[in-house]
Amino acid sequence: MQAFTRLNGLVAPLDRANVDTDAIIPKQFLKSIKRSGFGPNAFDEWRYLDHGEPGMDNSKRKLNPDFVLNKPRYQGASILLTRENFGCGSSREHAPWALEDFGFKVIVASSFADIFYNNCFKNGMLPIVLPAHAVDALFDAVSGQVGYQLNIDLEKQIVMTPDGKTYTFEVDKVRKHNLLNGLDDIGLTMQQQNKIKAFETKHKLAQPWLFS
Amino acid sequence: MAAKTLYDKLFDSHIVTEENGTALIYIDRHLVHEVTSPQAFEGLKLANRKVWRVNSILAVPDHNVPTTNRSTGVAGIADSISRLQVQTLDENCAEYGVTEFKMNDVRQGIVHVIGPEQGATLPGMTVVCGDSHTSTHGAFGALAHGIGTSEVEHVLATQCLVQKKSKAMLVRVEGTLQKGVTAKDIALAVIGKTGTAGGTGYAIEFAGLAIRALSMEGRMTLCNMAIEAGARAGIIAVDDTTINYIKGRPFAPKAAQWDAAVKYWRTLHSDVGAKFDAVVELNAQDIQPQVTWGTSPEMVVGVDGKVPSLDMAKNEVQRADWTRAYTYMGLQANTPMSEITIDKVFIGSCTNSRIEDLRAASVVVKGKHIAPNVKLALVVPGSGLVKAQAEQEGLDKIFIAAGFEWREPGCSMCLAMNADKLAPGERCASTSNRNFEGRQGQGGRTHLVSPQMAAAAAVAGHFVDVRTFS
Repeated sequence: MQAFTRLNGLVAPLDRANVDTDAIIPKQFLKSIKRSGFGPNAFDEWRYLDHGEPGMDNSKRKLNPDFVLNKPRYQGASILLTRENFGCGSSREHAPWALEDFGFKVIVASSFADIFYNNCFKNGMLPIVLPAHAVDALFDAVSGQVGYQLNIDLEKQIVMTPDGKTYTFEVDKVRKHNLLNGLDDIGLTMQQQNKIKAFETKHKLAQPWLFS
Repeated sequence: MAAKTLYDKLFDSHIVTEENGTALIYIDRHLVHEVTSPQAFEGLKLANRKVWRVNSILAVPDHNVPTTNRSTGVAGIADSISRLQVQTLDENCAEYGVTEFKMNDVRQGIVHVIGPEQGATLPGMTVVCGDSHTSTHGAFGALAHGIGTSEVEHVLATQCLVQKKSKAMLVRVEGTLQKGVTAKDIALAVIGKTGTAGGTGYAIEFAGLAIRALSMEGRMTLCNMAIEAGARAGIIAVDDTTINYIKGRPFAPKAAQWDAAVKYWRTLHSDVGAKFDAVVELNAQDIQPQVTWGTSPEMVVGVDGKVPSLDMAKNEVQRADWTRAYTYMGLQANTPMSEITIDKVFIGSCTNSRIEDLRAASVVVKGKHIAPNVKLALVVPGSGLVKAQAEQEGLDKIFIAAGFEWREPGCSMCLAMNADKLAPGERCASTSNRNFEGRQGQGGRTHLVSPQMAAAAAVAGHFVDVRTFS
């Protein structure tokens, strides 16, 4: 997994609460057996004027000019600013895959759905929870200044605005360590295989019916 | 010893190791389907890793499979990308020796229907699947939740998951449900009260007399929807209803192991005095048949209610949300739910496609016919075995005589990955779990209801109170 340490990036605002994973990557694109290439279909139903299907040449499709991520000023954004309960619904990891492939490395919101939040860390992405008043202030700042950027420092757990204001955020120690160092969860767990085997032996003795 | 919640008992008994509040927990049952597993198997192959414990896995194709004629097998799936995904599951299962109920096996069905049906879901287990509705299995006193594909790979390789313990929420529903009011209505009423983020960070235990009175089918419906309240897991304590349901199922323990298992399972309840981080209480008597009006399960009212007006929204963000939902749903504030006419009806999904759901819906439509404005009414049984049971009881004939189509099992129009979908602007009474924009087809408008309410709406052509419908 790619490490994440710090990022200075353009912010794109998606001013909606409860953005669900069906909206982030519609179901027809989940038929792929690959892990990559979902970016062109991120937010497909909001982003394009026609109905998207796998295999279409997305560069030839007509973009919805009203969708915020299509606005010229937000092209190249790597930080998505959004509202509460982002990523609710399905557990599809295609949602963070699509956002990452689109170019987002950081998502700032007042809250996230659990499974989505967890899936981000598995893909070198950092979801940041800030209080609602901070999110409000950032939405105002982004709309007020073309090219608005934020500076994210995972080590220090801070979000810094262009005028030097900082917001601190919480992140679980283990997740932080793994993200900073780009560590692969499976590799780390494999180092515990003796403990897993010992647990399994004990568990089998207590509940043999689980192993038949 | 301190009193423990059921969640504490389930979590603590599966900790392999714990550090800094992050635990490695052991997984007893891993359910796999075709959509969220191909990348996990590929990852395993690329890293040259083995499957840790192959007999913990049960696989089934469900999301992509057609619900119409399957006589030509997987080769007959018209959509080539869907076909490749189903074939990939078959190939991966064959390569690693995973037990799979293939598309034309009579035991095939929706992963959250077949696990319990086979006795592959048992009390006290940890159950995971790359699907958020894995919360369904918590109905059995199991710790069950959805995971992403990276975690599917992690469980395949290590039989474990890296987890932080959630907080515990108690949802207590006392009293007796009115006739015609179901587990689905409890679920929607709870979500209406807590909101879709109310359960975020929690495991929800459902308890109280009204929960104890539910069948296992009803309990599965309720736990299935825990994720729509934001909780990864919903759980219900083990009782006689649980144990009687499991007994004799193919994967259930037998003989002496059965007795030992039952003895253990009887301990799977929250201790008296156990502390919860949050408590939500509802009175079953007050719950009406529910109908969602908007694009999130929390946008829900009783059937005799109206689409709420903006002055009832709690804040600016919700006002914006509701305004978008009015437009998407083609509805205006203060429209009575009973005046909303429908184009299609879907009875199915991992929420409501079990035999009890089909029986309840069939009672409502028996001897009647779907309204002229209803273009399509589908019944999609949750599994081949549910379908066979329903046919044995003659339910298929009742539905067909009433103008419904009787289909093959799968996820179908719940998420419209196969050919079953809404056209833009079409309005559907659906027994599924999500009414998000585009969920049942781009531009489609979903109203979530119970099977009885969907059946009544099919006959009336609009939403109607099933308590007084005849």
